[in-house]
Amino acid sequence: MSKVIIAGIGQTPVNEQWDVSLRELGLQAIEAAMQDAGGLRPTALYVGNMLAGTLSRQAHLGALLADFAGLIGIEAATIEAAGASAAMALRVGMLAVASGQVDAALVLGVEKLSDQVPAQVESALAMGSDTDYEAEQGLTLTAQAAMIAQRYMHEYKVPEYGLAGFPLTAHANGAHNPNAMFRKAVKPETYAKAGMVSAPLNMFDVAPNADGAAALLLTRADLLPSGFPHPLVEIAGSSAVTDTLALHDRPDPLTFNAARLSVERACAQAGILPKDVDLFELFDAFSIYSALSLEAAGFSPKGEGWKWAQDGAISLTGELPISTLGGLKARGFPGGATGAYQAVEAVLQLRGQAGGAQVKNAKTALVQSLGGPASTAVTHVLRITG
Amino acid sequence: MDIPRHWRLKKQRYALVGEVCEHCDAKLFPPRDICPECGEEAKTLFQFSGKGEVYSYTAVYEAPEGYAEQAPYTLAMVKLDEGPLITAQLTDLGAQKPAIGMPVEMVTRLLRSATDERGMLIYGYKFRPAVAQVA
Repeated sequence: MSKVIIAGIGQTPVNEQWDVSLRELGLQAIEAAMQDAGGLRPTALYVGNMLAGTLSRQAHLGALLADFAGLIGIEAATIEAAGASAAMALRVGMLAVASGQVDAALVLGVEKLSDQVPAQVESALAMGSDTDYEAEQGLTLTAQAAMIAQRYMHEYKVPEYGLAGFPLTAHANGAHNPNAMFRKAVKPETYAKAGMVSAPLNMFDVAPNADGAAALLLTRADLLPSGFPHPLVEIAGSSAVTDTLALHDRPDPLTFNAARLSVERACAQAGILPKDVDLFELFDAFSIYSALSLEAAGFSPKGEGWKWAQDGAISLTGELPISTLGGLKARGFPGGATGAYQAVEAVLQLRGQAGGAQVKNAKTALVQSLGGPASTAVTHVLRITG
Repeated sequence: MDIPRHWRLKKQRYALVGEVCEHCDAKLFPPRDICPECGEEAKTLFQFSGKGEVYSYTAVYEAPEGYAEQAPYTLAMVKLDEGPLITAQLTDLGAQKPAIGMPVEMVTRLLRSATDERGMLIYGYKFRPAVAQVA
């Protein structure tokens, strides 16, 4: 089977983009990805989006965006898996191309969160939880993450500020990313003084909601245009796994089991172990998610993932760089589009195009997106290929 | 509005009615018809006692739509005496601070306010400090 190559990438800045519509955001990322791929034209479009139906009163994004991008006639549809929507769209695009049925698949993550007031956005994001038994009790995703953190810090005796290294690293890295929402390093004392959002999470432990679109154009190695200008990045492993939708239905709410299984399966496909990767773009929607994702991927025993946040082990020059272009925390959290940003950023690292955030000699990247508290986990292994 | 949807959930919301698996005796809340413990069918109704303890908790200041009047409120995960963990608000705390391990019991309270003039008021379970401890 011919390798599936990420031939083109594109992204918009992540921010509150009052003057840009959902379709215009999508178009900007699509045009950038097609141009980056040397003019390769997609024959299918898979849109990762969670909330356009609720927040923009717009469903049927496949037809909308194919039409608006001048691609009328191609196959197109939306893929939804909450925060993992675009990562799942990437997997669907990969499967389509690998199957031979689609020659070039465009994967677009797009989300517009800023058109509605925060209370409505929180309600809409909470739809990714169990509406009848979680959201209806007044749950927000932030409050849920706070409850995970509260219990985690209690059980494992994590000191106050024990998770601070995750957002501090993300902000330091985001300073190098021109598309990041926050491009400024944060001092530990600033973190310590920050207002509580939902204790024990303060405002630096919660990724900011924002608008954004990112796109990847996939094809098979044998279909690449001649004179293709970039180092080749292949999708070497891909896995999507579900867990209970409601956090409270798990035997252990402090374990991201789907995240563990999807890392194991994606790495097995790629013929590597997690420790072989040069960087890990994990889903740091909340600081506690970073700790649990590191444990799930096998980088730490249970209850010790927070220790990675100490002593620079996750910095760009550390043992395992994470959130290398700012992560969700500093780049921003554009809802269901997030997974496309994570993959685009991993490709920039592997091509050596990550600028001041470049991880030296990055050859293999692990990229993981979560829907809710890993109710869905989608993991990809991306690597440079000959 | 969602009237039928809330009506369908009245046994769960007002009385904590879940299910018991006749094959492995697992107690299930919310009801889910297929037992997650043994994979067999579980459709026998089971009334929970409403007693339990706090597994974790937090405070919500930025409330979602329909919850602003109650904010700030304490959200918790409660481990029921019969086994299941559920998500619910803590109420009637007075001067007491919530804590992991705090014994609590179910009461019925307003969950969500109407979001427009024709909207519904949704009632359901919350948990308060167990009365024995309060007295």
